[in-house]
Amino acid sequence: MGIVLELEKITKIFPKVIANKDVDLKLEQGEVHALLGENGAGKSTLMNCLYGLYRQDGGKIYVRGEEVTINNSDDAIKLGIGMVHQHFMLVPELTVAENIILGLKSAKEPLLNLAAAEKKIKALSDKYNFGINPKDKVRTLPVGIQQRVEILKVLYREADILILDEATAVLTPQEVDELFKVVKKLTKEGKSVLIITHKLEEVMALSNQVTVLRDGEVAGNVRTVDTNPTELANMMVGREVLFEFEEKEMDLKEVYIETKNLKVVDKKGVTRVNDLSMKIHGGEILGIAGVDGNGQNELAEAITGMIPFQEGSVVIKGVEKTKLDVRDVYEQGVSHIPQDRHHTGLVLPMSIKENLVLTDHYLEPYSNKGVFNKDVVDEHGAEMIEQYYIKAPDAGVPTRELSGGNQQKIILARELCREPDILVAVQPSRGLDIGATEFVRQKLIDQRDRGAAVLLVSTELEEILQVSDRIAVMYEGEFMGVVKNGEASISEIGLMMAGTRRSNIESQGEVE
Amino acid sequence: MGEDNKKSLGFASRINWSGIVTPLIGIALGLSVGAIFIWSQGVNPLHAYYYLLEGSLLSWASLSGTLVKTVPLALTGLAVLYSYKSEIFNIGAEGQVYMGAIGATIIGINFPNVPAPLHILMVLVFAGILGGAFAFIPGYLKAYKGINEIVVTMLMNYIALYFLSMIVQGPLKEPDSFFPRSVPLVDTAVLPKLFGSHLHIGIVFAVVLAIFLSWFFRRTTTGFKMIAAGHNPNALHYAGVNVKMLLTKVMVVSGFIAGAAGAVEIMGVHGRLIENFSIGLGYDAIAVALLANLSPLGVLLSALFFGALKTGANSMQISTGIPVSFVYMVQAMVILFVVASKEMPRIIAIYNKRRRVKKNG
Amino acid sequence: MGELASVIFTAEFLGNSLRFATPLILAAMGGVVNERTGVLNLGMDGMMLIGAFSAFAGSYFTGNAWMGVLIAVISCLLIGLLHAFCTVTLVMNQVVVAVAINTFSMGLASSLLRTLFGTSTSALRSPGFENIAWPQALQDLPFFGPVLFQQTIFVYIAILAVPTIWWVFFKSTWGLSIRAVGEYPKAAETMGVSVTKVRYLALLFAGAMGGLSGAALSITGLNTFIDNMTAGRGFIAFACIIFGRFHPVGAGLGALMFGLAQGLQLRIQTVGIPMPYQIPIMFPYIITIVLLVAMGSGSVPAGWGTPYYPDEE
Repeated sequence: MGIVLELEKITKIFPKVIANKDVDLKLEQGEVHALLGENGAGKSTLMNCLYGLYRQDGGKIYVRGEEVTINNSDDAIKLGIGMVHQHFMLVPELTVAENIILGLKSAKEPLLNLAAAEKKIKALSDKYNFGINPKDKVRTLPVGIQQRVEILKVLYREADILILDEATAVLTPQEVDELFKVVKKLTKEGKSVLIITHKLEEVMALSNQVTVLRDGEVAGNVRTVDTNPTELANMMVGREVLFEFEEKEMDLKEVYIETKNLKVVDKKGVTRVNDLSMKIHGGEILGIAGVDGNGQNELAEAITGMIPFQEGSVVIKGVEKTKLDVRDVYEQGVSHIPQDRHHTGLVLPMSIKENLVLTDHYLEPYSNKGVFNKDVVDEHGAEMIEQYYIKAPDAGVPTRELSGGNQQKIILARELCREPDILVAVQPSRGLDIGATEFVRQKLIDQRDRGAAVLLVSTELEEILQVSDRIAVMYEGEFMGVVKNGEASISEIGLMMAGTRRSNIESQGEVE
Repeated sequence: MGEDNKKSLGFASRINWSGIVTPLIGIALGLSVGAIFIWSQGVNPLHAYYYLLEGSLLSWASLSGTLVKTVPLALTGLAVLYSYKSEIFNIGAEGQVYMGAIGATIIGINFPNVPAPLHILMVLVFAGILGGAFAFIPGYLKAYKGINEIVVTMLMNYIALYFLSMIVQGPLKEPDSFFPRSVPLVDTAVLPKLFGSHLHIGIVFAVVLAIFLSWFFRRTTTGFKMIAAGHNPNALHYAGVNVKMLLTKVMVVSGFIAGAAGAVEIMGVHGRLIENFSIGLGYDAIAVALLANLSPLGVLLSALFFGALKTGANSMQISTGIPVSFVYMVQAMVILFVVASKEMPRIIAIYNKRRRVKKNG
Repeated sequence: MGELASVIFTAEFLGNSLRFATPLILAAMGGVVNERTGVLNLGMDGMMLIGAFSAFAGSYFTGNAWMGVLIAVISCLLIGLLHAFCTVTLVMNQVVVAVAINTFSMGLASSLLRTLFGTSTSALRSPGFENIAWPQALQDLPFFGPVLFQQTIFVYIAILAVPTIWWVFFKSTWGLSIRAVGEYPKAAETMGVSVTKVRYLALLFAGAMGGLSGAALSITGLNTFIDNMTAGRGFIAFACIIFGRFHPVGAGLGALMFGLAQGLQLRIQTVGIPMPYQIPIMFPYIITIVLLVAMGSGSVPAGWGTPYYPDEE
């Protein structure tokens, strides 16, 4: 077995950060090599250099022993390198076959020769048990199948080095299992696979060798059999992880927010939240666990009025409503930390102080009869920067120029300074470094301790386990079970995430 | 687009140098390209530009002519700017101006016994309502149905154009007249002239509106929301603002201003409805707003510049033979250069990166 | 009413309508290609105007109508190149660039008309295209003769362009690249399709078709150029593309609809039907808007009108 791919001292510098510094990596033929690191450790940048989407500022790439220059994805494909992107690079309006042959010369150029391609794709699909119809439009396929189309795309080009970028992020546990089987079959046939991930279990289950990246540099390189998750975790973050929060027995207040038989159907007609009832008391955190895309976001958005719901009702502090207005909800004392700070949380080109009043700009003292009180807004900005340790020269800086952690702190400051009775937080620490993550989680706990009802949606089970008082596991729009934190084992929660009802796991436990 | 400018809005009050320098560079480059054309015609560009200047600014007669042309450019430019602050491209100002003109005529040829100031106000409001109603359609479709406003406004411009043509040859046609035109407005609906020239009081409207909008976008919560909606409507929605309603209103107000601009043109210049009275004004207004770097006060200056180009071109043609239509080329070049130079920092960054990479590779 | 219809819907009327539709079809077939790559091109009117002028001027000075066509195509390729340079390389706002190109073209064509031909342009005629000399028997066919066999070459080019573009879109690798770039440029780029190249070529093609379309306006029949000769036909071509949901056949049908409307307008004025002639011209615009609303927002290419930044993080 030889080395099919070697990266030597790869360095990539962006205007403000060094994304990769002197990164070395060797991929052996027929093996699975894991590139492990936290979000922002520089994994994706490294792979984009390898795939020709970026060009490295320093270092060399060798493929099968020969130094190569990869200027674009075309070069990478010619070298037999294929990438399965985290965000699928599929054109939804095209068919599977069209997506796969896109960019390739056909045998009858310029004739498309779709029939021949469809035949070949079908054969490939059968070989790996993909069950794909080449004539289907990609947009009609479920996520797991779309990923297989991505893999087929690479196989069709006869790549023998496959890069899988955060391949399990959007999959259900079952789909993950299927994917693992596929990867093992690929390596058995002599193909080499590089997986990029931040999930330890994935590394342990699948890889032969691990390279750990931290802050753009290699923090370690070991055979998987010679290591364990704790050691890898330490390499990843550079210190002991798993910060513990002080456990506190809270006096529950009355129910602050409640849903009754809530049903949300999205624009495509898919039921996202199905007949869901829940209650959250003041002084508790209800953590909603689940694989991404099982209706958690829709639940959060429905109870804040962001999206309409079709059936059922939401009761906020005793007032029952079947239709919500966002501003009205906020005025009832609800605060909302939306899931995507760039997309929905901040107006990036605007300044910190302007973003800090985005929700309450129309209220006194920030403004009066529609005209801003400039001084108040300025002072508020300075105050929040100090209180929330936002690292910025002043409150007039556009939020775009700040790091992810500082951006998230602005949202926290904006939403928490209103002292909400109900806090809805969706993926509040996604993409943040350890320090910022800890800060965010502490703030959630502070809110609970202050007596607020907190709904936390997170796909990081670790986060849920750390801060929640109760845990609800959501699968296809329904709660598979609601348990007190500590009452269910991780494997039980895992089963529920995969769609097994708690009542079927053991015949005890009452769902509130 | 105009991001640097918008960034400094809100509450900041520092002077935005790039917002001033960029348009000047654009004008200089645009005039330079124009000079090449003039030179190719065997004319000394300096001579030609002198006549252009003389015919547009250097005497009261020419200056007042320039200002008369400046008024519709400034008002329509402000209409375009208003919606563009929310990143809505109102290509439809053209049609809204026509609708405003029709509204102005309906009110302006009636009510002879109403006092002049009230009559003028009635005309402006009714014209604005027609323009706003016309803009409501693309605004609503954009906000609630996600339909591209550029396409809809572009189509509606033609509907307005032919509608005006139909009206002025039909119900509003002056009886027994050979020309497709309405009867003159009654005296009370004609805008007072200033200093015994053709310049009318519309110039005051434009200046007042520009000053108001400048304050509006810097200090009011509505202006703040509009700019935020332009950058990231989702974030604003998540912050509890009814963005769809907001964007619809933005379009309606933009149409209102454009409609009122049409009314001012009818009341101040033509005195009656005529066909094709303002062809291309909506497109010129886009140029005005862009050259102004989306600053309301800047609109006054850029409208003055384009107004001067149009007015001075006549005397340039008489003295040097350079056709009047030449100024359109200058206008186009100015806009291309202004917009290109605003994008320059980012473009340079992209290409620098490539070069750096090549060196290493 | 039936009598009225028989006065209006004659073979002559349909022949005229097809003639009116021809420049629209040509422009729309060029436009549909660049729109499908995701570039919103409102600059077609400018391209057509330059095409109309340079076809006339080229034909006038060379004495050969075909040279006029060639010169028109080359001039419009240059305009297409300018458009592509601004919107693709410089990543400028596509609408702004189009507005500038239209304004520039209007200025350039009018200025050159005056400097090259002096002020009395009304009498100038260039060589132009006559109707194709089909056998007399074909020309004399009842109904089909006037509609199909008393036309210039441009009509046939236009009719052939529609299936050709359809074939390119759905049966060739080029078309696959074009569609992918318009829907999801980044995905196309990762598959080794150069977004820059595809968009440049599409805009150049649009330019060439704009040139043909302009020539079809100026040197068939009138054989002269007048200021603002396109009278917004480039925008109508754009409307046709919208009407046809970015599909070449749909766009072609849209162009026919606008052509019929124009034919109807002419008919109303010549026959003296008591109805404002503006109504039939307004009608297709209203239909297009109604269709847009009915189709909703999902019917345009997903990447339409949004610039693509090569390697910006």
